[in-house]
Amino acid sequence: MNRTSLGGKLLRGVLWVAFGLFFLFPLYAMADFSTRNLLKGGRTLQAWKNLVQDDALYQAIVISLLLAVFTVVLMLVILVPTMIWVRLRAPWAKGVIEFLCLLPLTIPALVIVVGLRNVYLWVAYFLGESALTLTFVYVVLVLPFAYRALDGALSAIDLKTLSEAARSLGAGWFATIARVVVPNIWSGILSAAFISIAVVLGEYTIASLSGFQTLQVQIVLIGKADGPTSVAASLAVLVFGFVLLLVLALLTRGRRRTGAIDAAVPAPTTATQSGVPT
Amino acid sequence: MTNGVSVELTDLTRVYGPVKALDGLTLHIEPGELVALLGPSGCGKTTALRILAGLDEATSGSVSVGGQDLTKVPANKRDMGMVFQAYSLFPHLTVVDNVAFGLKMRGKDKGDRLSRADEMLELVGLTAHRNKYASELSGGQQQRVALARALAIQPRVLLLDEPLSALDAKVRVQLRDEIRRVQLEVGTTTLFVTHDQEEALAVADRVGVMSQGKLEQLAAPAELYANPATPFVAEFVGLNNKVPAEVSGGQAKLLGSSVPALPGSISSGAGLAMVRPESVTVTADPSGTASVTSVAFLGPISRVFCTLADGTVVGAQMASSAARVFSPGDPVTVGVEPTGVLVVEAGG
Amino acid sequence: MGRRIRDTLPLLPFLALVTIFLIVPTVTVIFSAFFADGVFSLERITALFSDTALAALWKSVLLSGSTAIIGAVLGAVLAWLIVSSPPTSVVRRAVISLCSVLAQFGGVALAFAFLATIGLNGVLTLWVQQVFGWNLAGSGWLYSLTGLIVVYTYFQIPLMVIVFVPALEGLREQWREAAVSLGASRVQYFREVAAPLLTPAFLGSALLLFANAFAAYATAAALVSQGSPILPLLIRAALTSEVVLGQSGFAYALALEMIVVVAVVMVAYNLLVRRTARWLK
Repeated sequence: MNRTSLGGKLLRGVLWVAFGLFFLFPLYAMADFSTRNLLKGGRTLQAWKNLVQDDALYQAIVISLLLAVFTVVLMLVILVPTMIWVRLRAPWAKGVIEFLCLLPLTIPALVIVVGLRNVYLWVAYFLGESALTLTFVYVVLVLPFAYRALDGALSAIDLKTLSEAARSLGAGWFATIARVVVPNIWSGILSAAFISIAVVLGEYTIASLSGFQTLQVQIVLIGKADGPTSVAASLAVLVFGFVLLLVLALLTRGRRRTGAIDAAVPAPTTATQSGVPT
Repeated sequence: MTNGVSVELTDLTRVYGPVKALDGLTLHIEPGELVALLGPSGCGKTTALRILAGLDEATSGSVSVGGQDLTKVPANKRDMGMVFQAYSLFPHLTVVDNVAFGLKMRGKDKGDRLSRADEMLELVGLTAHRNKYASELSGGQQQRVALARALAIQPRVLLLDEPLSALDAKVRVQLRDEIRRVQLEVGTTTLFVTHDQEEALAVADRVGVMSQGKLEQLAAPAELYANPATPFVAEFVGLNNKVPAEVSGGQAKLLGSSVPALPGSISSGAGLAMVRPESVTVTADPSGTASVTSVAFLGPISRVFCTLADGTVVGAQMASSAARVFSPGDPVTVGVEPTGVLVVEAGG
Repeated sequence: MGRRIRDTLPLLPFLALVTIFLIVPTVTVIFSAFFADGVFSLERITALFSDTALAALWKSVLLSGSTAIIGAVLGAVLAWLIVSSPPTSVVRRAVISLCSVLAQFGGVALAFAFLATIGLNGVLTLWVQQVFGWNLAGSGWLYSLTGLIVVYTYFQIPLMVIVFVPALEGLREQWREAAVSLGASRVQYFREVAAPLLTPAFLGSALLLFANAFAAYATAAALVSQGSPILPLLIRAALTSEVVLGQSGFAYALALEMIVVVAVVMVAYNLLVRRTARWLK
């Protein structure tokens, strides 16, 4: 890419602007719409204040944030040890685990919620009717993204050697995972966590059709009567997600993709040593 | 038989911001000659090759082939064949289609293309693999296909960018001989870039040693080896011992002998002489001031390491049959053959 | 063998979770499509061929197909724009982050984004009204199939970018240089090398976009509060009022239909991805 012609640069500039407008304008429109005073003209922050003032909405925000946290925790607690175990002790299970983790990509959430009724009857019986019971389903929903993030991070380290070294020095499994493995796959964990949060905060299908009052459900409910507030809430979630992912990108900056595309590193040659030490 | 053209690189400079990748490189390659550019990474050898190929643009200077100035000519019109370090075969094409690719670009019809491609495949000995894909071939085979592909278009210049660096040691040796054989047979003017000095000395008609964008010395392999012009060349090519020496009047005194000091040495005073292991002589001598430290057996040759009275360790190379008589601790006298040595500053 | 069992035990929590909350619902759907109240019956499946159901299916296919094609083409262009920027530029990383967010959020937020833009009181609607006197939102087209196509494109393009950028990055520079040194012009390089190598990835990504649109629910549900023009909304109707077509459990058959379509598309996608992975890794 050494010589970009003026025409080429112009075309690229135009394309960037076109895409920028298409994607960023609705976001600007959301900011504008949510601060507009429909009755008297001019600006108002009422819609945004409603995020805290409107009781139902505020409750929904809290529930959704809690759900996000619970989902991330449960996902990490279940997935990280499982993936480590598969790599170290049960490599024959890798195919199965990978298939199951990627399966939620093929089974639409809509299908899951249709078949979920009976299951959640049992769940409600044992654990109550709180929206937080959605955690279990949400962990399943985020599996594909979390698996990919963690798998990438685990592939980048020599798990076998690290864990053998730790155990030979006397560490039990818990200590090995917590003190040796986890610190080394931190970028994968963060990535999995952030994407999971984004998915949970944006999830609507299962929550609404199961009758739970999460943030997105509340947004749609309010939207019929109070457009600006719904728009404000939606924008808040979008911005939050974007900031999360930007933070993640910054935190994991400088890490190259594994399986890099560059040509092989030249192998050391035989007679290039230049001296016998004096 | 030479049917190649001459190549002229004149005062090439390539600057990237604060970095000078090439600093006034001037190189003339005779028709049919194979010149190797040798140097460590970052010395500018690959940059020079890519500028010649047209894949990179010089900040100043000119490139001409067969008397024709190519400096402004785009890469796809330069009629050069290039072999890359690795991964350059098109994965979606079979071997024969890969080799025929350049001919397709030139609008040759299918029959001509395939017959020429098959001819090239026979030249590199891969006719049996004609219908395979790159992923089915070993690294060495892939590079042979790459060579066939570059030659199929009958290029005026053949460019090889570290073609052997990604291969196993044994394959490397086989393939470099093969490349040289093919190049001599076809007679194309060739520029071969490598960081492996053994490789460069083995295949080239002349070797250009580069460092930090400059050409340190350009000479035939034997000349380069025997008479290095600068300390860098002496260090980079072949093995060296560094022995304290005294220079005066064009002669260097070391190890009890007086030998010619090569041009490029310090003009007078104390320094370190760079002595090839095969120029060092070791003789068993009960009254000798040096003693054997260790003997390394390397097959047909061995290296006998001795410590001199002043503490300097010197490695001597000789036939293993001759080395057999030495054991660690033996007192010996260490001397030097009457060949020229390069004497550099002490502490260098 | 005892070793094997012991080694499987730690996998149980994961397996239990996936079984209960993924496998069981899916199996329930498949089973209940064929078994009404425990009795084998094809009535639910037959209902899939009613006019309403077929119309919804067709509209879904239309929506998914058109947004897949539009999203694939435009997304490929954007992906190319991104890949040809310097790798460490802030713009590039910000754009990819934005794409990750937009592709996964989808749903409700985007519905409201478009409502805020070209809805009845949307910012763009009002502005265009003031300046040109046109009524952009007039017929409420945003809530129709056309509107859905526009809105879906908004998350299809980012998804295409995320899936296609790795393929573009897998196009080694050596291939371009080799082609150029062999005499290829830019058009020839594209036609003979880049296009054949990228086509499986492009088609596969388009299929992924299709499945993505076909299974999408939230955006349509937020925009269209009444009526069920597409399959997912028909499922909503079947779930929330058990009186659709007088058949309860119709939702199971509809859900089965959805799985089948998505599964077929995903299988085709996987076949294409495998070919791509071989070439572009």
